[in-house]
Order: sequence, then C-alpha cells, then structure tokens
Amino acid sequence: MAYFDAASAEPLHPSGREALQAALADGWADPARLHREGRRAQLLLEQARETAAAEIGCRPDELSFTSSGTQAVHLAVLGAVQARQSAARGPGRLVASAVEHSSVLNAADWLARRTGTAVTLTGVDHLGRADVTEFATATARERTLLACLQSANHEVGTLQPVADVAAACRDAGVPLLVDVAASAGRLPAPDGWSLLAASARKWGGPAGVGLLGVRKGTRWREPFPSDDRENRRVPGFPNVPAVLAAAASLTATSRERAGSDAALRALVSRIRSEVPRTVPDSVVHGDPDARLPHIVTFSCLYVDGEALVTELDRAGFSVSSGSACVADTRQPSHVLAAMGALTHGNVRVSLPRDVSAASVSEFLEALPPIVAKVRETVRTASSAAP
Amino acid sequence: MSRQQRSAQPGPGSGAQPGAQTGVRRSALGLGPRPVAPAEQPSQPPTLVLDALGKKCPIPIIMLADRIGEVRVGQTVEVLADDPAAKTDLPAWCALKSHEFVRTAALPAGWSFLVRRSY
Repeated sequence: MAYFDAASAEPLHPSGREALQAALADGWADPARLHREGRRAQLLLEQARETAAAEIGCRPDELSFTSSGTQAVHLAVLGAVQARQSAARGPGRLVASAVEHSSVLNAADWLARRTGTAVTLTGVDHLGRADVTEFATATARERTLLACLQSANHEVGTLQPVADVAAACRDAGVPLLVDVAASAGRLPAPDGWSLLAASARKWGGPAGVGLLGVRKGTRWREPFPSDDRENRRVPGFPNVPAVLAAAASLTATSRERAGSDAALRALVSRIRSEVPRTVPDSVVHGDPDARLPHIVTFSCLYVDGEALVTELDRAGFSVSSGSACVADTRQPSHVLAAMGALTHGNVRVSLPRDVSAASVSEFLEALPPIVAKVRETVRTASSAAP
Repeated sequence: MSRQQRSAQPGPGSGAQPGAQTGVRRSALGLGPRPVAPAEQPSQPPTLVLDALGKKCPIPIIMLADRIGEVRVGQTVEVLADDPAAKTDLPAWCALKSHEFVRTAALPAGWSFLVRRSY
C-alpha cells in the first residue's frame, strides 16, 4: 500500500499535528478581542505569521492567512488587477502562462467576464516551461496590469523561469504574482514576486490554510466585502489552530528538506528511467533536471486513465491523473494539452516525504502488468462496440 | 515535431485550450471563435476514413494505430472524432510515432484529423 498523491495533499506533518493539538487548547478565542483569551490567540497568530514569513522570505506584515490556496490566488489576482483598473484607462490586460493552476485561470476568466479585462495566455515548450520571450513581450504591452507565473508546475513538476520573468516584469513596471503552491516547503520561494500564493496542505499542513503575500509598495485593493481581519486583506475569523499547524509544518518540512530531498529526487529519477523501459508505448513528461523533487507524470498509449487509476488503487497505489475521463469536466488536463503531450493513460506520481524506496519498487513492478491488463480491456471493449 | 506540438499549444489557432478544462470561455479571453489550422488541400481525398465519433479517448487512437497499416506510405487517413482529448492526442500520437499530422478541421460536431503514414 502506498500513497503517491502528495501534490494533492501531503499527510499532516507530526510537528503540525502537535502544534494543532496545543493550539486547539490555547488558540480558540477571537484574536481581535482584547480579553486575555483573545490576546493569547492573537499572540499565537502573530507567532505563526513570523514563522511563515521567515520561511517565505518576506516581512510578517506582507503575509496574510487565507482559508485555502485557491482563495489566496483569487484575492491576489482580483485585488491586484482591480487596484490598477480605472474608468478612464479601461479594464486593462492580464498575462499568465497557459499551464497555471486552474484557480489562476478561473480568476482571469472572472475578471474578463465581469470587468472586460483582456487575458493573454502565453505558451510553454514540450517540457512545460514558460516561453520567457513570449511572456515578456505580452507583459510589455500597454495596460498590462498583472502577470502570473507559477514557481513550478503542479502536474509535471517543471520549474518555471521566475527570475527571468520577474526581471521582465520589473522592467515593464508590471506586478508579478508567483503561485508557489507546488514548491512551497520543498524549494525556497523565488525572489522577485509582488504577490504570492500558497496552500498549506501541499507542504504537510492542514487543509483550509493558504498564504497570501503582498509585497510592500504593491498596489492592492480588497476585491470583496472586507473587514478588519488579516490587515484588511482576508475577511473572517481566522482558524488560529490550523494556521499554527501550517506554520509549524512549513518550518519542519523546510528543515528536513536537506535530508529528504536527495532521496525523493533519486526515486523520481528511477521512475523516470524505468517506466519507458518496462511499459511499452509510454512517455514521461516534464523537465528531467529542472524539476520539483517529488513529482513525475507519464502517459501510456492506448490506456484509459480512469481504468488505470482504478486498477492501481486496487493494487494499493494511490495516484492521480490528468486524463479527461478522470476530470469532473471530462476535459483533458490543460497543462498536458498546452505541452502538446499525450493526455490519455496519464498518471501523476507525487511522493510524500516519508515514502519508502520499497514502495516505489513495488509500484514499478506492479505497473507493467496493470497497463497490459487495462490495454487488453480497452481493446476488447472497443472491438465489441458497434 | 515542432509543428505538431505547436498545433496543440494554447492560444489562437490552437486545438488545445486551457479554458476548455477550467471553464474559461474563449470569448471572455478575447480569443474569438476557435480557428482551425489552415486547410491544406490534399491533392486527393484520404485513402481511409475512420469514424470514431461518439468514442472516448483512447479508442480513436487505438483505431488509428490498428489501421494506419492499411494505407501505403505517403497516403492519408482521416479520423473523425468528437472526444475533446482527441484534439491533443491525435497530434501527440503522430509525434510519438513519427507519422505526419497534416491538419485538424472542425466539423459541425467534433473534428476531422488528417494523418499521413510516414513509414
């Protein structure tokens, strides 16, 4: 049995669990109140903020806690664009790579429909890396209000050229949102962001905590009804115990990175080299070198992704897939499509921090017969069809 | 290869569109109606037509892989399909198998893909 879907949710880190237990006892009160219990909750909340800010590499007052990574992205995108829109100069433009997380693309779509913002999605190469020239050219166009680039791709693990894009954005005077959800806790946050978004469950924090970073000097205006919470950036009573657990997990994960990173990288390299050798007609996606330590994605020709995930689950391996049949929308992964990569028979393996080498060996042994079996089933079904 | 990949890249003129999955509408993104690749007029009609309409990926690809051997090298196969994944996967299969992906054309429901056998 092996859980290989850490990119969706990493199991809660033991340090996070400990912090959560302690904070449930001490941090339950409303941190905005002046009584003793409220002051205690406020103290814990500010400790968590300082801890997380130190890991991210920003000032505590630049960081707010949100209720998810998606909420952080929405607030970052809408708040930054709407702060720079004006009746006189029109709805402006937003630039994003075509392989951003769906939360970025959904926020862009919302702006386009509600405010008429033009959205330019720029291309990637076959490894999934954003084309810097195309991105920079789009950003330099008149009335570009925001550019969005992830630190690394959440499906194929390829690292994005954030430093080059950040330099282009600085030259053009355009704020840059860097979505670090896929890399936070696993790699240091890149420099050069004006806005930042992350999600705690991807680094071993609890679900329901995200990070919104707004650099000092970046124009931002609350896009939704607001209150006095989180520096007026995120409305509602914060979940102090979960925030503490998220901060504790981030520190612990970052500290242990030096030890676990090389092992994860080696296991992913092994999967990358063995799958094409042992599974006929399979292809591994993403950059073999400039990548996240724990994610690998591959596609197997003539296989239905849903059947593959189901068979792997039956054999005790929990993976995810970007194939259309696995998505609620019945659409294939927009990331794989943008790369021009095969979308059917797709499997994403993302290794949690405590993965055993033995479980990866078992997976590599189980995969070829499972693919062969699913191929046989698909073929039988297709020839039986009228 | 680059051309085949190009055809699957997002943006105007592409078969694959991020919005397709995320619900981002092309009109909202200022992309206008989905164009198709310039219609390369084949000098003659395709040698073989495979009707995969109503079939989910990977069946259209399996049909093509099974039957491309029925045409001679240099001849073409037209695949009709309406599964959205086919838009990405037909060109990707051609790239993987080193056959020539000639073009995509929109049908009232679905698409026509033209593939030339290269070896």
